[in-house]
Amino acid sequence: MKDHLTELIIFGFLFLLVSGMGFVAARWRRPATMDSLDEWGLGGRNFGSWISWFLIGGDLYTAYTFVAVPALVFGAGAMGFYAVPYTIVVYPLVFLVLIRLWSVSHVHGFVTPADFVRARFGSPTLALLVAITGIVATMPYIALQLIGIEAVLKAMGVTGHLPIIIAFAILAAYTYQSGLRAPALIAFVKDVLIYLVIIVAVLYIPSKLGGWGDIFDAAEKKFAATPNPGDGTLLNGANQLNYAMLAFGSALALFLYPHSITGVLASKDRNVIKRNMAALPAYSLVLGLIALLGFMAIAAGTKPIGTDSNTVVPVLFDQMFPSWFTGVAYAAIGIGALVPAAIMSIAAANLFTRNIYKEYIRKDATEKQEATVSKLVSLVVKVGAVACILLLDPQFSIDLQLIGGVIILQTLPAVALGLMTRWFHRGALIAGWAAGLAWGMWLLYEIPNPLKGKKHFGGSAYNLSELGFDTKMTIYVGVLALALNLLVAILGTLILKAAKVKDGDDATKSDDYVADAGDPKVKELELTGST
Amino acid sequence: MASQEPPETRRTDRSHWNWLLLVPIVIPLLTLLFNKEEPRLAGFPAFYWMQLAFIPLGVVTTLIVYRMTKRKED
Repeated sequence: MKDHLTELIIFGFLFLLVSGMGFVAARWRRPATMDSLDEWGLGGRNFGSWISWFLIGGDLYTAYTFVAVPALVFGAGAMGFYAVPYTIVVYPLVFLVLIRLWSVSHVHGFVTPADFVRARFGSPTLALLVAITGIVATMPYIALQLIGIEAVLKAMGVTGHLPIIIAFAILAAYTYQSGLRAPALIAFVKDVLIYLVIIVAVLYIPSKLGGWGDIFDAAEKKFAATPNPGDGTLLNGANQLNYAMLAFGSALALFLYPHSITGVLASKDRNVIKRNMAALPAYSLVLGLIALLGFMAIAAGTKPIGTDSNTVVPVLFDQMFPSWFTGVAYAAIGIGALVPAAIMSIAAANLFTRNIYKEYIRKDATEKQEATVSKLVSLVVKVGAVACILLLDPQFSIDLQLIGGVIILQTLPAVALGLMTRWFHRGALIAGWAAGLAWGMWLLYEIPNPLKGKKHFGGSAYNLSELGFDTKMTIYVGVLALALNLLVAILGTLILKAAKVKDGDDATKSDDYVADAGDPKVKELELTGST
Repeated sequence: MASQEPPETRRTDRSHWNWLLLVPIVIPLLTLLFNKEEPRLAGFPAFYWMQLAFIPLGVVTTLIVYRMTKRKED
């Protein structure tokens, strides 16, 4: 630990600086009151293009991504690069859908995706399922942010769980006080640090390792020597389909996560979202370069600490940079964990408040009560995340996150397709969700990982030969489960409509989906339906 | 552009320009296009530099769609 004193001091200084900013953020852009979810949970729904760019970028490109993606590239090569097509495809894919979500939420005051489903399909049950799915998928994601911080602390020789607990206690305190304004303000620091570190890293490290050509050659040599047929600097016949489908499926899932939607709904108008769909890929470039740090680590002969491959990038920085700059780089990753962790806990808390507390526990809750409940739940969520990491094997969180991606996809028909069409029957959507969820979980359970000595939950690539296809190809489980979900939802809708089963009422009008800032809002919604 | 704007007063997100969004959705998923070593660019195998090059492709097409579908009133 003494060897890393300079790093620790720089890390500690920057960490305290952003913590201070987190508390001050409550007074940023001067809200009249923090006692509503619009203010606490959505920062006043008034963020312009720049703030949104930092906020959504800081929200989607998490610390865990920054350590896990290069770790995957370090271990498997080309397959880990799927993060790049994934984050290119996602923005044009959701461009038209998100502006509709923003508009209808603006008109009706929706705070969560489940709020929208409730009004669109007149079904509290479907909304509850969407809310629970969102919370379950988000929780392990928050826990993974802790793994990101832990990787950095390990590299500095800091062991034990106390530092993590302190870091999260501070995070919990300022999120409680400042709501979404805290991560929005901190995101500036986080992103500036990340860009700085990455630009320096991709210019400086290759020059020390003999250039990019040598780096890729070293990686090729390493993968050629391993017995694993799935690794290499290029894809092979068996994993190409999985590569494309994993990128596609992850892109479909990204904006179904409640924390992504929170970032979008905090924007002040439609143009902010459209501009950001064009500007956010700047982060994908950073992510692509970060992924290549995995190859640099191979060329530099970096050895991860113990069996924790997530420490590869922190150790590489320690090897390559002077210690003061390593401190800056570690702070970038550590702070990078705080922004998404804060937004995720806010999003999960809002889901609980709006779609469970207000729906089932206290129907006449005032705006102030909603804000109070959300603040408290955001604390509970963070305690839960810390407990996940402390009490359970971290591998469990990673498995849960894998499952999370597959199950959040099952809300696509209700949320994303629901924004485009009202054709589906609420009963069929519930059936499709259940079918996709069950089959997706079963397929994940069935996948072994011989390399890690695991029999179940060994990954998300399913062998198509298991389904009777004569091929070596694998495919992302999420896409298979979603296909079944859609099939059930379509057939179910046809059957229920033919049988004239009562459907829920739609509380939205087609004009609501193209409304923009300045258009009249519906304050009190008349919601019907009790299914 | 946007000359296909119908004379009705109802707002809509429909536009032929939206089809352009399919380009950056489909191309980065066609692994056959870029899953190769040569030609290398500045030491980068084609697999890596081509996929990084899809980022500006996505930015430009999305930007075009944004500019062309911007509403008249703003």
